[in-house]
Amino acid sequence: MIDYIMAFLVGGLICAVGQILMDFTPLSPAHILVVFVTLGAILSGLGLYQPLIDLAGAGASVPLPGFGHTLVKGVMEEVNKSGALGILTGGLKATAAGITAAIVFGYIMALIFNPKPK
Amino acid sequence: MAVKKLGAQTVKFQNPPSIIATATVVGPVEGKGPLRNYFDLILGDFKFQEKSWEKAEKKMLKEAVEMAVKKSGVPSDKIEYFIAGDLLNQIISASFAARELGYPFLGIYGACSTVAEGLGIGAMLVDGGYADNIVVGTSSHFCSAERQYRFPLELGNQRPPTAQRTVTGAGAAVISTKNQNPRITYVTTGKVIDMGAVDPNDMGSAMAPAAVDTIVMHLEDSKRTPEDYDLIVTGDLASVGKDIAQKLMLQKGIDVSNKYTDCGLLIYSPEQDVHAGGSGCACAAVVTFGYIFNEMQKGRYNKILIVATGALMNSTIVQQGETIPCIAHAVALENL
Amino acid sequence: MAKITQDQKDYQELVKNSKPKPPYLKNLVMAFLVGGLICVIGQLILNFYISLGLESTKEAPSATSATLVFLGAFLTGLGVYDKIGKRAGAGSIVPITGFANSIVAPAMEFKSEGYVFGVAAKMFVVAGPVLVYGIASSALIGLIYYVVKF
Repeated sequence: MIDYIMAFLVGGLICAVGQILMDFTPLSPAHILVVFVTLGAILSGLGLYQPLIDLAGAGASVPLPGFGHTLVKGVMEEVNKSGALGILTGGLKATAAGITAAIVFGYIMALIFNPKPK
Repeated sequence: MAVKKLGAQTVKFQNPPSIIATATVVGPVEGKGPLRNYFDLILGDFKFQEKSWEKAEKKMLKEAVEMAVKKSGVPSDKIEYFIAGDLLNQIISASFAARELGYPFLGIYGACSTVAEGLGIGAMLVDGGYADNIVVGTSSHFCSAERQYRFPLELGNQRPPTAQRTVTGAGAAVISTKNQNPRITYVTTGKVIDMGAVDPNDMGSAMAPAAVDTIVMHLEDSKRTPEDYDLIVTGDLASVGKDIAQKLMLQKGIDVSNKYTDCGLLIYSPEQDVHAGGSGCACAAVVTFGYIFNEMQKGRYNKILIVATGALMNSTIVQQGETIPCIAHAVALENL
Repeated sequence: MAKITQDQKDYQELVKNSKPKPPYLKNLVMAFLVGGLICVIGQLILNFYISLGLESTKEAPSATSATLVFLGAFLTGLGVYDKIGKRAGAGSIVPITGFANSIVAPAMEFKSEGYVFGVAAKMFVVAGPVLVYGIASSALIGLIYYVVKF
């Protein structure tokens, strides 16, 4: 049960920070997503994001900074395993499932559905 | 000597051209709004039996023009000019409607001020003796405007309270030398005014200074006061821009509070989820050609100043960090 | 860019003061609740995959991401996700389901321009920058890591 509560709190907080950036700065949602993914990558590089994942599980991995973290974690592991080439291969290797799913499901949904005006 | 010119920016017509017929087509959301009984055709869906939003917009414009011409009783081959514009790149709604209508075509671009620009040019051609019958039209479509200026429809983003909804619709009017009310008596052509707005989600406050500048110039040139009008109607400033425009006019000592309204506020009811109100070329067009034209024919209003406003930008130039230039044109409609 | 004049500055000040403000508190609460809820759903899916025997640090999170992407894409197709987004704001933009939404929405929208220049080319208009900055910064950090380590 505690893992759900932590996921809710941490995930909610990360999104709330995003909302504050949206409402109080001139940044567009696209800018905020870019900031978040980069920030996740940097925190991960500094070794600060893994503890958050350990604490909150999906609460830290589902929001976009988690994507930056997965990329960096993948790069670092791959560098450990295969040296410099890992810089180029590790990130996409670790995130392949999410990215491929996005492209495949994205394409299928676009085939099936049409946008609905409100 | 330009005998019909008054002051810096205004013309006064010698034989004020008549608007002999109008027609309006609107989308489903506008069709649920408070002006629904004034429109000629309310669409049940956004596609109008077409395959894309752009094609639906073109069809609305064509339909509105055909209806207006039919109502006017002017034979199709006696229409000497078709003056039209819209928001889509290279004004394709207007030119593609013109392709099917077959009238001599003048394409114009004034963003959401297009309806006033068209009426102005049309009236000048008629009073200048260059034509007896002209049809003027414009259109906009919520979906085609969204995808061109903003985001895909299904993107889950939040709109700020200053955002406006592009009116889905088209309006057309036949201007003629016929002796009939209402008439176009004055036209004041606006200057491009840029007060440094950068927020594409807040067009009302970007355009308000242009509207005020044109109203001030119109009153100055024509030596009229707001008391000369039953109603002063801006195009699509909506709630945010209208309040600011009113403030700016008061600063200049012009009090219009009891006779000032805005098409962007008239077209939707407050219960409709449209944020600040309506916008788009069709906003001023369907309100003017639907509501105002009808109420003038009935004699409820006899002197109205239409001040259609437009933001002259596209997303490329805004991304390059430019501020948003705006324009407003004023057209005085009167029962003589 | 044209130089900003004093008049423009004064006017923008007036606009700032007369603009209606977004409902800050409501937006914040909704973003927190919906964002938190999406993460709880993520945790449910994660625990489910772990209970199926998937390895808990790599396989299960990958499968969770793919599942959430599917859900985000499907809800976008149904026309539901933008309704959630209208209320939740960042709460449904920041989670990975929002990433899926930002891919499906333009892909659907530009279908009218064909399957190559429409669907495929426009798919990443919103999500592309996230990939570019995410992947580029991870490579840069990897380079620094490599230099420091070896």
